[in-house]
Formats: sequence, C-alpha cells, structure tokens
Amino acid sequence: MTIFLIILSLALAVLAAAQLMRVFEASAKLKGGTSELPSDAENKYQAKMMLVFLAAYFSFFAWLVAKYGDKLLPESASEHGVHLDNLLDFNFAIITVVFAITHVFLFYFAFKYVFNKDRKAYYFTHSNRLELLWTTVPAIFLAVIVIWGLSEWIDITMDETPNDAVVIELYPKQFDWTARYAGSDSTLGASNYMMISGTNPLGVITDQSLESRILELETEKAEFQSELDAAPEGGVKEVEMIEKIEKWDRILAKVRSFTDLDAANRMLGNDDILVKSEFVIPRGKEVAFKFRSRDVIHSAYMPHFRAQMNCVPGMVTEFHFKPTITTAEMREKTQNENFDYILLCNKICGAAHYNMQMNIKVVEEEEFNKWMQGQKTFAESITPAEENGTANAGEKDYVISMIEY
Amino acid sequence: MATGHTDHHHEETFISKYVFSQDHKMISKQFLITGMIMAVIGMIMSSLFRLQLGWQGESFWILNFFLGDKWAPDGILDPNMYLALVTIHGTIMVFFLLTGGLSGTFANLLIPFQIGARDMASGFMNMLSYWFFLASSVIMIASLFIETGPASGGWTVYPPLSALPQAMPGSGLGMTLWLVSMSLFIVSSLLGGLNYVVTVINLRTKGMTMTRLPLSIWALFVTAILGVLSFPVLFAAALLLIFDRSFGTAFYLSDIHIAGEVMERAGGIPILYEHLFWFLGHPEVYIVLLPALGITSEVIATNSRKPIFGYRAMIGSILAIAFLSFIVWGHHMFLTGMNPFLGAVFTFTTLLIAIPSAVKAFNYITTLWKGNIRFTPAMLFSIAMVSTFISGGVTGIILADSALDINLHDTYFVVAHFHIVMGLSAVMAMFAGVYHWFPKMYSKSMNRKLGYAHFWMTFICAYGVFFPQHFLGLAGVPRRYYTNSEFPIFDDLISINEMVSIFAIVGAISQFIFIFNFLYSIFKGPRSSQNPWGSNTLEWTTPVDPIHGNWPGPLPTVHRWAYDYSKPGKPEDFVPQTVPLEEGELDGGGH
Repeated sequence: MTIFLIILSLALAVLAAAQLMRVFEASAKLKGGTSELPSDAENKYQAKMMLVFLAAYFSFFAWLVAKYGDKLLPESASEHGVHLDNLLDFNFAIITVVFAITHVFLFYFAFKYVFNKDRKAYYFTHSNRLELLWTTVPAIFLAVIVIWGLSEWIDITMDETPNDAVVIELYPKQFDWTARYAGSDSTLGASNYMMISGTNPLGVITDQSLESRILELETEKAEFQSELDAAPEGGVKEVEMIEKIEKWDRILAKVRSFTDLDAANRMLGNDDILVKSEFVIPRGKEVAFKFRSRDVIHSAYMPHFRAQMNCVPGMVTEFHFKPTITTAEMREKTQNENFDYILLCNKICGAAHYNMQMNIKVVEEEEFNKWMQGQKTFAESITPAEENGTANAGEKDYVISMIEY
Repeated sequence: MATGHTDHHHEETFISKYVFSQDHKMISKQFLITGMIMAVIGMIMSSLFRLQLGWQGESFWILNFFLGDKWAPDGILDPNMYLALVTIHGTIMVFFLLTGGLSGTFANLLIPFQIGARDMASGFMNMLSYWFFLASSVIMIASLFIETGPASGGWTVYPPLSALPQAMPGSGLGMTLWLVSMSLFIVSSLLGGLNYVVTVINLRTKGMTMTRLPLSIWALFVTAILGVLSFPVLFAAALLLIFDRSFGTAFYLSDIHIAGEVMERAGGIPILYEHLFWFLGHPEVYIVLLPALGITSEVIATNSRKPIFGYRAMIGSILAIAFLSFIVWGHHMFLTGMNPFLGAVFTFTTLLIAIPSAVKAFNYITTLWKGNIRFTPAMLFSIAMVSTFISGGVTGIILADSALDINLHDTYFVVAHFHIVMGLSAVMAMFAGVYHWFPKMYSKSMNRKLGYAHFWMTFICAYGVFFPQHFLGLAGVPRRYYTNSEFPIFDDLISINEMVSIFAIVGAISQFIFIFNFLYSIFKGPRSSQNPWGSNTLEWTTPVDPIHGNWPGPLPTVHRWAYDYSKPGKPEDFVPQTVPLEEGELDGGGH
C-alpha cells in the first residue's frame, strides 16, 4: 500500500511538473522568447557562470588540500618509498600546473568570447607552429617523467636481493594471511597445495608433514571406503564415494611422489616459522617477500612501505624493501600511540575482502632476533595432537560460513 | 544507395516501424532509450552502495526497499550484495551505457546523416545489432533477480574468483548469466562495428572525401575499428572462462585449495585471463572516449561559430590514440608479477598517449579562443567534457608510471582517475550529443532552462563525487571495500566518504530533470526548425520530419569541409558543406 501511494504521488508530481512546463512555455511564447538559440541574457549569464565555476573548482581543490592534506599517508617507512614520494611530488607539481593553466584558459576563453551578433569569430583553422609547440613541450616533460620513473622502477624491481635478507613468504587465503619466515637457514622449505591440512596451512613439505599428510589421506580414504560399502548399490551415494576414492588416490599418488625430493630439500622446511595476525621485521635490513595464494588472487598491500604485489595461485611473485622507521618511532612521528603498520588485501577476493588484515611490526634488529628465537618452528608446531583438533575445527567453521553465503 | 528512394512508398506497420526497424534513425533511438534505462539502473545501484560507503553499517529503509530482506536485512547492506552492486554498476556503465548506448546511438544516427548516405550498409545487420544488445541487457538485468545474486567479482571478473562458485555466491549462476550476456553483447558490438566501418568506407556521398569528414565520423569510424579488433579477444577470454567454469578445463586455474578441498586443476594461470581481458579492456577505454571526443568536436565548433582548430592534427591524434591503445594494456597489470622489463615498456607506451591527448585538449581550448560562443546546454556539456578530460587525464600520467603505481594501484586514486577521464567525459559528451541532436531524433527541441539546471547540477556533483576520491587514494584506501572502518588508519577520512555520498545522491536525483525534459520534449516540446544551431554538416539539410532514405530528392553533393564557420567574405557565419566553393576559394582553411 505504501509503495502504491509513493508511486501514485510520484506520478502526480510528474504530471504537475508537465503542466507547469506548459504554462511556462506559453508565457515564454507571449514574451517572444521561444527561439531555439540562447538569448543574449542567457549567454551572458552562462558566460559569467564559467568564471564562477572556475573559482569554485579551484577553491574546492584548495579546501580539500587544506582539510585532508595532512591526513594522507605519513612519510615512507621504507628506503625506496622516499624516492617514490619525491617522484610523486614532482609529478604532482607538473600536473597541477598543467591542470591550472589549461582550466584558466578553458573557462576564461569561454567567458570572454561570449556570443555577440555584431562580431564574427576569428577564422583560425590551424597553425603548425602552435601545434608543434604543444606536441613537443608535453613530450619533453613526459621524457623527464619516463626516465625518472623508470629508473626508480628498475631500482625497485630489478636489483639483486642481498644474501642476508630476511626471507618471508606471505600466503593469503579467503580471508586471512599467514607469514612464513625462512628461519635460520634463510631458505623456505618446499611446499605444495596438496599438502595443506589443519596443522600445515601452507602445505610445507618435510618428512614429518609428509608422513602425517599421507596418514590423514589414507584415513579419509578408508572412511570413504566404509561409506561406499554401506551405500546402496547403484545409488548416487555410491557414485559420489567412488569418485572421492579415485580423487584421493590421485592426491595420494602425488603426495607420495614428494618423497622423491632429495632428503636435504625436505629438511629446509623444519626451521620455517609460521605466524598469523602480526609479523615482525627488522629495521635497516632488506626484507625479501615471496607471495603465493591458496585460492583466488589477492594483493599484498603495505601502504606505509609503498609496497604492493599480487598474490596469484599457481605462481610465486616477489617484492623486497628495507624498512627504515620502527613502529615505536612512527608512533612518535604521527603522535598516535595506537599506530600500526598494516598489510591489507587489495584485490577483490570475496565477501570479507574489506577485512583481511595483518599487523606489521618494525623493530630494531636485536629485538627482531630475540623475537625470532621465541617462535615455534614448523617442526615443533606440527607435532601436538590437540592443536591439530582445533585447527580442523576452524577449517570446518569456515566451510559452514561459505555455505551460508 | 541509388535504390533508396523505393523505400518511400513502403507501407509501415507498427512492428516494422518501432520494433523490428531497419532504419538507422529508429535504431539509434532504440539504443538511446535502452542505454538510458540501463544507465538509470546503474545509477541507482551506485546510490545504494554510496549509502553504505558514506554511512558505514547504518540502516536505510531504501536499501531494504530495493534489495529486500535477503540482501539488506534491517536495511543494512550485505557485503556480498555490495560487491555485486559494484560489479554490475561497472559492467552496465562501461559496456551498456558507454559502449552500446553511446556508440550505438550516435554511430547509428550520425554516420548515414553526416556522410550523406540513405542508411547503413546493412540495415538488417544493424537491426540484429540492436536486438543482440537488448537481449544481452535483459539477461544482465535478469541476473539481478536470481537466488545467489549477480556476478560480484568486480567488472573485470578475474578468475579464479569468478571461476569458482565456492569462492563467492556471485560466481555461481550469476556469473554464468554475466558471461552469456557479455557474449551476446560482443556479437552486437561486432555486428554494429563492422557495419559502421563498411558504411563509412563505401557509402560516402559525392565529394565527401575522408579529409572532409566531420570529426564525429572520424571518431566513430576509428572506434568501430577498435571494437572489431579487440572485442573478439574478450570473446576468447570469456569462452575459456566458460570452459574452466563448466567443463573442467584449467586455462586459468592451478594449485587451488578452496573451501577445505584440493582442486585437481593444474597448469593454468589466472594472469592469462588478465592479459586477454585487458587486450580488450584498454582499447575499450578509447571505444568509450573517442566518440565522446568526436561529439565534443562537432558541438564546440558549431557553438563557437569557429572551425575546429587543427582538423588534421585532430584526425592524427585520433589515429595515434587508437594505435597506441593496443600496446598499453599491461599498465593494468604492473603488479601481477610480470617481468619488470615488460612493465617498463608498458609505462613508456602509456605515457606516449599523453601527447596526442594533450594535442586534443589544447586544440579544443584554441577553438574557443576568439570564438563567438553560444551557450546551449550541449555547448556547456562539451566544455565540461574538455574539463573532465583534462582533470582526469593528468592523473593518468601518475598511474601510468609503474613505480608510482605500486602504491596507488587499486586504490581510490584509480577510481577517481578513470571515473573522471572516461566515465564523466563520455557521459558529458553523451548529454551534449542528446541536447544537440535531439531535433534530428524527434523533430522537437528540448527545454533550455531545464537543460541549464540539469547541466549545473550534474557538473558540480560530478566533481563533488570524484575529485575528493583522489585524497582517499593517496591515503591508501583500497577500492571495492565494503567498509574501511575495520582499519583505524582510515578513520580521519570518514567525512570525505560522507561528502562524496551526498554529492552522488544529489547528482543522481538531478538526472531526473533530464529524463523529464527528454520525455516531455518528445511529446510536448516545440517543433524544431531545420537547422536550429546553424550547422554545416549534412544532417541538417534533411527535412525536419525524418523520412526513409533521409533526403527526399537525390543525395547531396559535398563541396567543402565541415568547419567553414565565420569564414571571411561570407554573409552568414556558417557555410553548409553542400555550398559549392567560389572561384579561388580554398577548402579546409587552405590545407
């Protein structure tokens, strides 16, 4: 009923507006103002509005800068980020000047050369000199921008990562992150998505994890086998179970093939360290990130470090930077005692995309080393049985929430 | 088209006149009205998600009214629906309004009119083009009403998100419908595009050389070529995605463990989809923008009573932009882990586009200089288009820089940039085109006073919506976030979001001024004269009431370029293209 009334009143409003229009048009006709072209008064009014708009537009810009200019990202907390900020400032200087000059000309000309029936426009078809001027001048500025920009890009992406860099893998899934440190050997252990289980969220391959994964798969397969035996012949359930058992056989074959990796390789993962919700990095040391993804494309965005890289399932991407300001120092600089560096997801990945975060803590190197020593290694974390149970429960919660959506 | 006159005596039924029409003028109107309906839907969607973004997590009865208890329980928007709205808003605006609606309307209306042809090369294909477009629109809208909701992986629908129904509800049936709809859309676009190209090449009237074509035709012609070359690649991308979704292939999928299960797909790579998508996606930007630039060129020259400045440079820059648009797609993918050297190449080619674009902007400004400017609503929208083209274009220089893109990629800075340079420019030009050519569509004039009101509301709100978003981007706020209150670092920026939402909603409401004016003028508007704006181009030599074949007698002959406005020694401030050159008179300003 309400909807009907709303529609009815809207329809009446439209009809009333149409009637008003007719009255206006009739009165305009009486005054002789029905020409299809704007009258002198209209032209003059719109011409003035051009200047008013120009002033308003520039003022809006200035007001935004005054009001929000200091609420943007604080100074860069990474070494390359400082260079990028300088480059950005230079670019902004150029485009602001271009923007201002062209807008002044555009709206001023529109104001100045308003229609006058006693005047004829200047028949000016082209000028090679002018056109050459505004082809070459932008070209020169762009050359500077390109050369500077690309030299930064090459510095950031193509230089060698130093050997003593802290190696961290960031592994996202819907909708959280896990960070894996390479540990004392500075090398990440091999991993595969078929190895993923409750205790091994990144699918790291070690002797221990292989053994438990094979056991897990065999147990599951046995469950399917008993369900198959209980299922009525020729039913849907039977087909489903046969398919599952076949699938599990294929996964098992693949997982068993990992035992062919040489033994030294299977040791690498033992000292890896997995952390959630917050990871710590040392100031003044290069941090080399590697990214994979467990399900869909995510993007690891660390705005305070001017760092970002997509995380793509099926491939490994990389980025590295050197943090220069500790969290404690940044809290002082921003005068915000709750300040934290953050890692966000910046590629649409599903319903909770907006809340896929991890804190980043930058500390001095000694503190970092101390923190590292306090963490459980992968080998240590994979053993206890009760942890296995809780992790599995978490996994199930997640599945249920997926179905709900 | 010598046989065109036989159509005159053909008996018209309602069906053949209004429904299955093969007349370019009617098809143009069909595209316009369909595009407008789609635009209103897309606009309402943006107002709905702006409510959530401006006042995060608050309850609005209107959300519940439009979306129901499932997607907006207690008037609070569901995060999945938020993503769906963003996705379909983008799809509708980019494809249905600014590709189908813009090119479909003005290519159909202007190409036969301005080149002096009786109709398109193939009226039947032209009709098919519209009907595929309509079918595709209907399917896209239908996908809004299914249980799991429409596609919601962003308008670029990157797999694996879009390929796996386990990843989000919108990747189920909604995504299938999206792909079906887009496939039909591509067919429509190819049928139309081929027709436009063939018509411009073959059916120009006597004397209408390529260098006498109005810039609108040049723009629409090159746009059609871009579409014909790039849309098939999107079709390939969509086809492979359909295979991955439905037939168990792994073109885009590998190493995926989702919803607690291992997926046995290996060897594919999602980046392949991105390459295929953006190989269309970037030319697509110019498919949207070039017709806008073409319309603006016509309207600015006509209403400045002055030749467009640097006609040949304008053609050159259209061609340069079109060529370059095919070798820049990688700038959407700097952070996908592609070889940094390749990133450097794409940075270089992308920044090159700034040069022809700058030439165009400067030429428009010079056209105004010492002109004799009449501020019709169309002219105001064209000036606004030049302004948005510059305001949005300059930030492109920053985003094209791969190094700077690291921190700005996928933030609101990008949202601000492309909405201003592509969205606003094209919408402003589309409004300009409708106000300017309305007399040729409906034989009536639109109300000027309402036009002014509509213009100022639209222009002010447009900048009010998108200009502040640059600041959000510079603060690192990612796009496509349902709310950014989960991160304390963005708390200071809440008032920007509120301001943006207010402008967006006021701007959306003021579009109803236009819709009212449009409908009112169709039925009750004053009858227009034959050449109300004093234009040189051929469409204004046709009778006020449209006829099949456009010209009652023989086709007009063209003797000069389209821009002889205020030519010295002429009694009037315009000289139509059909007026022969006097002895010793130079054509095209002495080129």
